[in-house]
Amino acid sequence: MAVTGLILIAFLLFHMYGNLKVFIGEEAFNHYAEWLKTDMLYPIFPKGGFIWCFRLVMLAALVLHMWSAITLWLRAKKANPDSYAVKKRLERTYSSSMMRWGGIILAGFLVFHLYQFTIAPRDPASPYNSVVTDFSQWYFVLFYALWLIAVCMHVRHGFWSAFATLGANTSEESHMVLNALAWIVALLIYIGFILPPVCILFGLIGA
Amino acid sequence: MSDTKINITLRIWRQPKATSPGKLVTYPVNGVSTDMSFLEMLDMLNEELTVKGEEPVAFDHDCREGICGMCGVVINGTPHGRGSSPVPTTTCQLHMRNFKDGDVITVEPWRARPFPIIKDLVVDRSAFDKIIQAGGYISVNTGAAPEAHAAPVPKIKADRSFDAATCIGCGACVAACPNSSGMLFTAAKITHLGLLPQGQPERYLRVKKMIGEHDALGFGGCQNLGECAAACPKSIPLDVISQLNRDLIKSMFKRDGKK
Amino acid sequence: MAKPEDFFTVGNDIADTKADTSLPIEKIWPERQFHAKLVNPSNRRKLTVIIVGTGLAGGAAAASLGEAGYNVLNFCYQDSPRRAHSIAAQGGINAAKNYRNDNDSVHRLFYDTVKGGDYRARETNVYRLAEVSANIIDQCVAQGVPFARDYGGLLDNRSFGGVQVQRTFYARGQTGQQLLIGAYQALERQVDAGTVKMYTRHEMMEIILKDGRARGIVTRDMVTGEIESWTADAVVLATGGYGNVFFLSTNAMGCNNTAAWRAYRKGAYFGNPCFTQIHPTCIPVHGDTQSKLTLMSESLRNDGRIWVPKNAADATKDPREIPEEDRDYYLERIYPAFGNLVPRDIASRQAKYMCDEGRGVGPAVTETDQDGNTRQVRRGVYLDFSEAISRMGKDGVSAKYGNLFDMYAQITGEDPYETPMRIYPAVHYTMGGLWVDYDLESNVPGLYVTGEANFSDHGANRLGASALMQGLADGYFVLPNTINDYLASGPYEKLSDDDPAVVEAVNSVNERIDKLLSINGERTVDSIHKELGNIMWEYCGMERKEAGLITAIQKIRDLREEFWKNVKVTGEKEELNQALERAGRLVDFLELGELMCIDALHRRESAGGHFRAESQTEDGEALRDDKNFLYVAAWEFAGDGKKPILHKEPLVYKAIELKQRSYK
Repeated sequence: MAVTGLILIAFLLFHMYGNLKVFIGEEAFNHYAEWLKTDMLYPIFPKGGFIWCFRLVMLAALVLHMWSAITLWLRAKKANPDSYAVKKRLERTYSSSMMRWGGIILAGFLVFHLYQFTIAPRDPASPYNSVVTDFSQWYFVLFYALWLIAVCMHVRHGFWSAFATLGANTSEESHMVLNALAWIVALLIYIGFILPPVCILFGLIGA
Repeated sequence: MSDTKINITLRIWRQPKATSPGKLVTYPVNGVSTDMSFLEMLDMLNEELTVKGEEPVAFDHDCREGICGMCGVVINGTPHGRGSSPVPTTTCQLHMRNFKDGDVITVEPWRARPFPIIKDLVVDRSAFDKIIQAGGYISVNTGAAPEAHAAPVPKIKADRSFDAATCIGCGACVAACPNSSGMLFTAAKITHLGLLPQGQPERYLRVKKMIGEHDALGFGGCQNLGECAAACPKSIPLDVISQLNRDLIKSMFKRDGKK
Repeated sequence: MAKPEDFFTVGNDIADTKADTSLPIEKIWPERQFHAKLVNPSNRRKLTVIIVGTGLAGGAAAASLGEAGYNVLNFCYQDSPRRAHSIAAQGGINAAKNYRNDNDSVHRLFYDTVKGGDYRARETNVYRLAEVSANIIDQCVAQGVPFARDYGGLLDNRSFGGVQVQRTFYARGQTGQQLLIGAYQALERQVDAGTVKMYTRHEMMEIILKDGRARGIVTRDMVTGEIESWTADAVVLATGGYGNVFFLSTNAMGCNNTAAWRAYRKGAYFGNPCFTQIHPTCIPVHGDTQSKLTLMSESLRNDGRIWVPKNAADATKDPREIPEEDRDYYLERIYPAFGNLVPRDIASRQAKYMCDEGRGVGPAVTETDQDGNTRQVRRGVYLDFSEAISRMGKDGVSAKYGNLFDMYAQITGEDPYETPMRIYPAVHYTMGGLWVDYDLESNVPGLYVTGEANFSDHGANRLGASALMQGLADGYFVLPNTINDYLASGPYEKLSDDDPAVVEAVNSVNERIDKLLSINGERTVDSIHKELGNIMWEYCGMERKEAGLITAIQKIRDLREEFWKNVKVTGEKEELNQALERAGRLVDFLELGELMCIDALHRRESAGGHFRAESQTEDGEALRDDKNFLYVAAWEFAGDGKKPILHKEPLVYKAIELKQRSYK
């Protein structure tokens, strides 16, 4: 759970870096997209080869992540069949209580997201065009912004929890550091991902 | 000490035996002195029930000074009734001055499959003993001990070990956890013994055996939510769980971690 | 008017026959170990030992005998062996390690313990206790007990209980818990290894004797109500003390004397039942619904000043508004040399006198006095830190006593930094218990008694940090080296379930339970227990008088009759039934209380915790009568309604000089 989670967070950061290329311009962005799809690690891998390895790893991480989550969930269901008539939350944050439902919601939107930009983009020739066209619609941006909140909440607890599971949280200080890092990563991801669509919507890019 | 009397309404889980269904039953209790402990208030209810010829409420308790770990019920949704108080507590050390006249107080047993209900508020926590049996000890026969000063312990490790050793095995961590995980209890013992020089020879085998038993007993997994540490009457820190995980990961690469 | 002699008869003198007292005292234990018969390791698994209780004495013994290879059956009434009341001990454990290089030695620990016990303990037992004390620390450290350490990583020590050396090892304020968890872990290791079978939520209801030997016990499964018999080659009782006869004490709610009392009724002698320790610094009673009392470390008296108002009219005033000239610092006034640091028994007794005079503070509690009149009494005296706070600063006081202040605040809801604490004495420990010899074997062959349940090591008063030492000494190092002498003659003939001895024991338990459930009277168990506690506290508490004790005996007999006529025990036999559990324990307390009063009545001297008003010095201190009472009173049960028989075990001091205890 922790390892796959961290892999997915690393991917998000990488993905964010790529997205930010949209600020440089159409050519840079499209070139980058092209490089991802065909030239990455060429000539160690054949043209267009590595992206499939990469997709496979991501898929494996995602599947394993979900499989662990479901296993944990089932174990919890089994361990805790009767609920309390009255239950009060003491420490749990909203994001930590939403890890499971949040995860499911994320997975649903992920399918949509992949469909929108990878499987059936508006302009297969220019990813830049697809992105700019879609995010010129206010409802897509709003949707995306909301979705990102869910992503970042998931990442906030997930980042800290993954490191705790890997044995990094062994003192009061490391608890504070990890929590701070988790917030930083979550906010970074939010800002990094939300900037391009917002700028597109307000016509700062691609107009 | 102000001798104030309050009237309260209790909603208590009543269940005649393990196999029969239970339900919340409402009892008014009047004239409760705010100086009483929560358990003394239950004593008072039981005296009234007995005189009326009704079956008193069964609940576990023993030392009534917060150290034996025998007492423990969920009060208004939090184990030991800590609520939002800054001071952690056991049920026996919770006093009625924390409640107001007219309060409705819901009292439920620990709920977790590894802690089956025996009667009313009494649950069976022998699963905790089984986790300790699996390896929560240092193997030293009586008489086989070296001189006490043979192995000095750095104070910082001794103190951290001690913080973990203060666990009283009450089960509030399991009761608080949405996953019914017993990780805080298990990890407290792993940390207590694992940080001491005396605990090193069995350190990696111990964590494997104990966590194996923990899982086999049907406790849930840990999501690092922190509810356990918040409910813990002895303030066992959440970071002991990370210590356990660290030892567990290391045990995969250690020859002495093999069963 | 009845006389003390009307209540008992005198039997023959008895003596310990296992220790060879012709030897120098330091040779006795090695000699005894050498001459004890041994059991071959391969024969040990054929021998079964029942151990009742899982505290320091019981848990340590079960683990050690399991390791040795015996087949051990271990019982406790709690839901886990880790909950035994040894866990509540705060202060520490003594050991003659002399890590502080301050002239400590086995002999000094021995001397301090005998003197502290006011010369009413058996010196051979105490010497051995001091001898094995150092091994206990080694053993516990190896188990992972986190004793306090200094920055060099070595063990820290502190002084305790007025002793002049620093020999007390401690683990914050929870030494008992840490030691018990150590024993518990050793025990669970043996459970895992299969040498110990653990039966939790099982209460011992009766002992099984066959041909005069202890051969088993009868228990009640507290979950199902099933009455079961268990047989073995030897039985060990490690069932703790009987302070709960007073209803209110620092004992756990479940602590009881049933196991020891059932053994007494079957012929085991009960030693010095009247020796009880009343601790001066406990949090006072808040009202009639109080269920137990909480101890606070005696160390508070080092910096706190104890006082009551000079005028009873000031009892309800805010203490901060009572001017200095209207306060009575009575210990400083009466004992100018020792002041607030007088010994436990004196501090306790004076607090009682002050409250009896009507100058106590705190909430008024209803009591019945010796003439049967009810009265409202405030049972509390101030322990004032305002002087200490102005001297050391609030932070200084907090650093030293912070945890105790927090505990006080949680229980009382008052801030002790702002208003003076209120304290009052409470029953804490019982030095008396089943009579045992040097091997810890009672006069019933095959019945061993360890820890607080026996009478052996503390005489008439126990020193601080010595209870943990005795429990673990008995469990780890004494019993495993003496019980083999008895077991070597085994295995004894197996008893079947239909053996008359077993059937008789099981039937008697069933009859007792059926009777309790059939009375269906009007009084709850607790109401009768509280009444017994009031009688014991009033007449057999801090100050005992002949006339009062005789009155008490009659009152207890009346109360016992009332109990058997009018108690109401709800619920069924075959279920978890806490009312039934408590009723069963009270049956035995109601008989024990009478024996305690008879013992207190017969011992017309003051010694340690036993203060007879008729025997005191001009300064009001306990005055021993070595000429007439230098003996252990071992009581034999003569039958229901018959006078108990007093056997005297004369105490001989060879290694130590007999002196009048003095605090001057």
